[in-house]
Amino acid sequence: MREEMRRDDRVFVMGEDIGARGGVFLATEGFLQEFGERRVIDTPLAESSIAAIALGAAMHGMRPIAEIEFADFIWPTINQMVGEAARVRYGTNGKMSVPMVLRAPQGGGVRGALYHSQSVEAFFAHTPGLKVVTPATPYDAKGLLKSAIRDEDPVVFLEHKRTYRLVRGYVPDEEYTIPIGRADVKLEGQDLSVVTYGLMLHHCIEAARALESEGISVEVVDLRTVRPIDRETVIESVRKTGKALIVHEDTKAGGIGAEVAGIIGEDAFEYLDGPVTRLAGPEVPPMPFAPTLEAEFMLSTDKISAAIRRLAAY
Amino acid sequence: MYRQMVLVRTLDERIWMLNRQGKAAIVASSQGHEAGQIGSVWALDRSKDQFYIYYRDLAVMLTLGMTPVEIMSGFLAKEGEPLSGARQFPTHGAYPELGLVNLSNVVGTHIPQAVGVALAAKMRGEDSVVIAYFGDGASSVGDCHEAMNFAAIHKLPVVFFCENNRYAISVPLSKQMMVDSIAARAEGYGMPGIEIDGCDIIAVYEATAAAASRARSGGGPSFIEAQVERYLPHTSDDDDTRYRSKEELEEARKRDPLIILSAQLKESGLLTDEIEARFASEARDIVDEATDVVESAPYPSVERFYANVYAEE
Repeated sequence: MREEMRRDDRVFVMGEDIGARGGVFLATEGFLQEFGERRVIDTPLAESSIAAIALGAAMHGMRPIAEIEFADFIWPTINQMVGEAARVRYGTNGKMSVPMVLRAPQGGGVRGALYHSQSVEAFFAHTPGLKVVTPATPYDAKGLLKSAIRDEDPVVFLEHKRTYRLVRGYVPDEEYTIPIGRADVKLEGQDLSVVTYGLMLHHCIEAARALESEGISVEVVDLRTVRPIDRETVIESVRKTGKALIVHEDTKAGGIGAEVAGIIGEDAFEYLDGPVTRLAGPEVPPMPFAPTLEAEFMLSTDKISAAIRRLAAY
Repeated sequence: MYRQMVLVRTLDERIWMLNRQGKAAIVASSQGHEAGQIGSVWALDRSKDQFYIYYRDLAVMLTLGMTPVEIMSGFLAKEGEPLSGARQFPTHGAYPELGLVNLSNVVGTHIPQAVGVALAAKMRGEDSVVIAYFGDGASSVGDCHEAMNFAAIHKLPVVFFCENNRYAISVPLSKQMMVDSIAARAEGYGMPGIEIDGCDIIAVYEATAAAASRARSGGGPSFIEAQVERYLPHTSDDDDTRYRSKEELEEARKRDPLIILSAQLKESGLLTDEIEARFASEARDIVDEATDVVESAPYPSVERFYANVYAEE
């Protein structure tokens, strides 16, 4: 964000506690000092207008990055993002557009309970006109965020808050971008494809590495973007391995896994050598506070390993 | 102004008739709101200001320079409709060349968007003002309050223009709010609020000019409550006899902005019966011709059905 703000005077940030506080997760630490109050706007606690004001500014020549403090507070923006931002281009027949980014930290496993843990990607991913990005690694986060800021359409950018502290990775100082809508094969394998994104990528890689010793060769596909989904990469992988396990932290019904399963069913059916399987969050509101209850909700490397073993043995 | 008011009334009546003939699927009439709409547009700078309207603002559209053919092509959903390519309900979409935007049917969502436009205008060092038009119904929406608060904090160049016709479809003002004045709320957000007779075009012009000048000079937003009348049901799909008495409507007819302006102009010697008759026949001709043109135009082809969901690569 800092690089993009230095590069392009139209880019600015707005949200709750992003100024002097530097954001609750310190994403904008030092921004106020560097860019001043004109481009680092601490807003009132009013999420709908955070999205709406960013939307308006984007229609009038700016490139706003609006931050929602926690994705659990994103619901007041649904009207502005799904109802409005997503259909500005279509509803004006291309005369206006909304090059804005709505950033929000999401996901659980941080003792966040019912209102600081939720994954919200599926709600936005259903909407034509939006793009939804869910990076898992620091390298991808930088390249994808740059693409999101430069994108001509509204992008919902969902960072898993547990990855902020859990995951360390190399991030080059130099300029690079990663295209939105392109998945990445994070680990190559032959026996089975695991399709995932966000925090679960790290558990999937861990599980895949551990299972090498059991003679199971797992390919791990990181979607990185959940709208649009990179069909080609998913299909290519599943055609090669013949088996697909889709893993996400979000609850299962109506989730991204259903969409991926549909894509595989449509375009890789004849290559399948086992049931397309989903491993996802349970059907309870995400997610309870007590450590035992939270652990019951969250997927883990062990749970993923078990699912891989079952499918591999099919 | 009077000429435009005659034309928009004639156009509005024709469009309503086209609905009753089964040719226009849905119409929200501006009849009774015209003075508020025309007077406020004239008080702004059409070369640079931005107009965020809502569905009842036919007279704003016409005063900004949309032609009767363009407007009518929206109501009949014809090929070449300039606001949305007939993808949206009539009057919706955008005409950036005229600074005209009406994105959504969801009431009140555009008010904070207009504030965002004003924020961008200020950041870019422009000298422009954004006016957001909305009804009394929209003044209950949370977005309206969030918008007023933010605009006041940042002293943004916004004019909040509330066309109060005392009905949110069928719900009267007494069931929408406990206060008599919507404008009085403005003070609570740190901006001036003024109530005006929205059927008196001169009062509208003066109040809007003052608000625009305050906005342009860095003084921040203002709130104008223009008290207007709604002579027809909410839309062509509504039946207002279920909730509004004949007597009430007759009383409202006495405040017809067209009659008021005609009387004002005649009193000051600027309008004669002959000119009035000429304007009326001229308007009929324009609307007749527009009706012919638009009725014979084709519906949009589905060729571009998928275009403009995302930026084209």
